[in-house]
Amino acid sequence: MRYDSLLDSLGHTPLVGLPRLSPAPDVRLWAKLEDRNPTGSVKDRAAFFMIEQAEKDGLLAPGTTILEPTSGNTGISLAMVAHLRGYAMICVMPENTSVERRQILEMFGAKVIFSPAAGGSNEAVRVARRLAEEHPDWVMLYQYGNEANARAHYETTGPEILADLPGITHFVAGLGTTGTLMGTGRFLRERVPGISVVAAEPRYGELVYGLRNIDEGFVPELYDESVLTTRFSVSSKDALRRTRELLDQEGIFAGISAGGALHAALGMAAKAQAAGERADIAFVVADGGWKYLSTGAYSGTLAEAEARLEGQLWA
Amino acid sequence: MAIEVRIPTILRTYTGGAKAVEGSGATIAEVIGDLDTRYGGLRDRLQDEAGLRRFVNVYLNDEDVRFLGGLETPVKDGDTVTVLPAVAGGAG
Repeated sequence: MRYDSLLDSLGHTPLVGLPRLSPAPDVRLWAKLEDRNPTGSVKDRAAFFMIEQAEKDGLLAPGTTILEPTSGNTGISLAMVAHLRGYAMICVMPENTSVERRQILEMFGAKVIFSPAAGGSNEAVRVARRLAEEHPDWVMLYQYGNEANARAHYETTGPEILADLPGITHFVAGLGTTGTLMGTGRFLRERVPGISVVAAEPRYGELVYGLRNIDEGFVPELYDESVLTTRFSVSSKDALRRTRELLDQEGIFAGISAGGALHAALGMAAKAQAAGERADIAFVVADGGWKYLSTGAYSGTLAEAEARLEGQLWA
Repeated sequence: MAIEVRIPTILRTYTGGAKAVEGSGATIAEVIGDLDTRYGGLRDRLQDEAGLRRFVNVYLNDEDVRFLGGLETPVKDGDTVTVLPAVAGGAG
């Protein structure tokens, strides 16, 4: 397929069946391969839509500095577009993220400011907010609360999935900014009566939950509980195990959050099968495995990989 | 009935440092009430008049109870309840 530029090739990713992992001929799993986006992750959709909206709103001009709290993928997407359009990019990223992410960000000319590992992405958000106050001329697109993030999925991901899988019964994706689930979920709910919208939330080690008090917790502004039907908490061990199964059984070399989504998808598949209901379950493979090689997720035993992943952000 | 309840670091001051404690009851609310008799103050950290506090997530066997039956979700022997503070997911 031919496009005028890399940015024009956004989306239209393949939806591939998983014949070996699907439990029955009428209970089928489908993977939406979002690693086939311009910088290799689902975040390209949100990033491009957020920048386009900011340009329409007159917030960006050549030389403007964009600031964003990100655990990696959104930063990489934004940095690539910023590089092509002449904006400066500063990412605030938790220090417990993989080294590949920093390298890719710097390759695109972004500056990385690290936030403390304790508190995970919460802490990155806090540091970015402080920087935004100190530098009023910087533009923080703020993916956790930017309507263009969810709208990207309402306008692209949702329609793509429905066109490819009109009989869809379940949509499953990882829960981070909640943009993928909110946008795709709303679109599908409006058109598919009774569809299940299922969140797979990463459950990390204790370090990430190291808040000083419970009222410091964080719920993204985009989050609307009524869009979801179920929310699973997926441990690092289950996510890793499923990521490896995806590779072993279906040949898909995916990032670890895809394993988390697969785990929730398989849970829904088992429920449907037990109830004697047909199911077509689409889940999001947010990115490929390349950026996680240094975490050791793919080498040695599962227990070894799990131990290495302790305290790291894998989604 | 014994239900294992996993407590996040931030709330272990109430459980004498224990990572997991056992409670009993037929619903999430009853289990929390039972724990509160031994770990006084815990209930107020988890719920207010409206139900579960905004930044508190409770999972029954890995499923968020807000999508099951909330505090009235039935529990049974051998279930695991996990309490976690709401944090920004990593996926961004």
